[in-house]
Amino acid sequence: MNKTGKTLFEKVWEDHLVVEETIETPAILYIDLHLIHEVTTPQAFQSLRDKGLSLRDPNKILATMDHSTPTLPIHSISDLDIVAEKGPADQIRDMIRNCEEFGIELFGFDSDKRGIVHVIGPELGATQPGKTIVCGDSHTSTHGAFGALAFGIGTTEVGHVLASQCLLQRKPKTFAINMNGALQSGVTAKDIILKIIQQIGVGGGVGHVIEYRGSTVGSLSLEERMTICNMSIEAGARAGMFAPDDKTFDYLMDKPMSPKGSDWDQAIEKWSRLFTDENAEFDNEISIDVDRLTPMVTYGTNPGMAIGIDDIVPEGNGDHGYKQSLNYMQIEAGKPILGKDIDVVFIGSCTNSRISDLQDAAEIFKDRKVSDGVKALVVPGSQAVKKEAESLGLDKIFESAGAEWRESGCSMCLGMNGDTVGNGKLAVSTSNRNFEGRQGKGARTILASPKTAAASAISGSVEDPRKYT
Amino acid sequence: MDKIIKFTSKTVVLAVNDIDTDQIIPARFLTVTTKDGLGDGLFTDWRFDEAGNKIKDFPLNQKKADGCSILVSGSNFGCGSSREHAPWALVDYGFTAILSTSFADIFRNNALKNGLLPLTVSEDFHRMLIGNEGIEVTISLETMCIESSNGMTENFDLEPFSRYCLMNGIDQLGFILNHEDQINAYENKG
Repeated sequence: MNKTGKTLFEKVWEDHLVVEETIETPAILYIDLHLIHEVTTPQAFQSLRDKGLSLRDPNKILATMDHSTPTLPIHSISDLDIVAEKGPADQIRDMIRNCEEFGIELFGFDSDKRGIVHVIGPELGATQPGKTIVCGDSHTSTHGAFGALAFGIGTTEVGHVLASQCLLQRKPKTFAINMNGALQSGVTAKDIILKIIQQIGVGGGVGHVIEYRGSTVGSLSLEERMTICNMSIEAGARAGMFAPDDKTFDYLMDKPMSPKGSDWDQAIEKWSRLFTDENAEFDNEISIDVDRLTPMVTYGTNPGMAIGIDDIVPEGNGDHGYKQSLNYMQIEAGKPILGKDIDVVFIGSCTNSRISDLQDAAEIFKDRKVSDGVKALVVPGSQAVKKEAESLGLDKIFESAGAEWRESGCSMCLGMNGDTVGNGKLAVSTSNRNFEGRQGKGARTILASPKTAAASAISGSVEDPRKYT
Repeated sequence: MDKIIKFTSKTVVLAVNDIDTDQIIPARFLTVTTKDGLGDGLFTDWRFDEAGNKIKDFPLNQKKADGCSILVSGSNFGCGSSREHAPWALVDYGFTAILSTSFADIFRNNALKNGLLPLTVSEDFHRMLIGNEGIEVTISLETMCIESSNGMTENFDLEPFSRYCLMNGIDQLGFILNHEDQINAYENKG
């Protein structure tokens, strides 16, 4: 055995071991940053109350509200009942009470820092290379774009981190995904990750932490890397990571919570050591050719059921679940997806709601109109993204095209806040899950990039964005 | 938490792969602030039609599924979101074990903290369970074995610490908090 080098994941893992794992007991892993939101924390706070426990370190928590929050404007909490149903409104009030009681700063309705938890972490500079980051949300994998080890946890574990700043974990395996070549015009990071999930399957990454590597990486922005890491969980992976580089450091420089002065210099020195050693080995490895990639769309009810936009829907292997999936989607095997009439377009979610995503969409919406009969909703990932988009005039482009421009939040990605696709309606969505009813009861979802979603809104049917670029 | 050592039940089969947590419990049921009553939302869009009537041929709605505490599912059960509402709903509905050929990571972690056993079985044993819907099986955490009433047996693996906690009804947080000195030392080293 000649393995002396370490992978990026192993370096971050080992740096956070409070107690090493044994055959009998898991490792105790220290958590540097805990992101919390209103949906997966109420029962955790209650468990602390029941056990008479307090928070170990409120300064390592970033709290916001995103999942069940309305995207229609509200100016104070008293407006909540006007725009939200009772369930979400009560949950939001519960979050406010919990944060007050436990002494946590909450980026609530009155804060310009509010937004989707996986958008604000990076934009505030709280997300940093080499950190361990958790949240009661599976898309916590997003933060791995910075070289952090970031993964979703359940509510019981949220309670563990609140009380101890630690988690019990077994060491996952490692998985290298080598991406080679350059993206063609009209093709995006979203198409890369849909292709990867299609290739390895929705269970292909179970038990593994993926590291995205290869010649493509250097050309990808941090926002593109976030889109890729975000959907690592859709391949079943525990987390996804990119080694930090100069682009990472440039992104983080001068962010509100980034290190300053000499601390910054020390941080860069430390972060620069976060890469996979040449002689390190991965438990699993695949390669993907980015050069040949075309825009991707899903046709079924999991993110692995994806094809190139010019391809036809596969026949499947006679599996009952496959037929049931196409039946739900009202999509036929052997036919194209391109040109299929749609009802709704959603541009948003922790996958694709950052400024570059909105710019991608705006380029296509500019001087064009959303097709009659299509409802198009554009939801920025955070209030900061909203402000930046408005300063660039993107809101005006969306509105004059006939799309709705909203406040930040998870919105139609999971339809908890009342923004839903509608029963039986077909949506092209930039979000991350096309599960049955994910975007509201009876909703049918085609996952795609912001470019493809915008092009489809204009055409009124599933459209190749290269037609408009 | 109740101790789990050994139990026997008939099985109910849901032979679908990649059952995601949005099917187990849709997002519209997640606006709760307690764990109570989530069983009502379990597989709700598969159990009920538009009018709210039970869909008769759905396995959980059949008479023979009454009282079953063991669910047999297709591979990659529990993929998707991290919502612990999924195991809470399964437990509230009456399940104590899910038998599958594979599980999503976060679901498995969540299940083990809520007295729900996500047990991975071999393809052969899985095929037998699917082909013999309703068959009675006994699961023992002592022997780490599943015995079916037709005489077939299957050994399973279970993460040793989770097994210990389940058999003794222990909350895992206590183990972490017992290492406070080590946590302090970690924080102090900077």
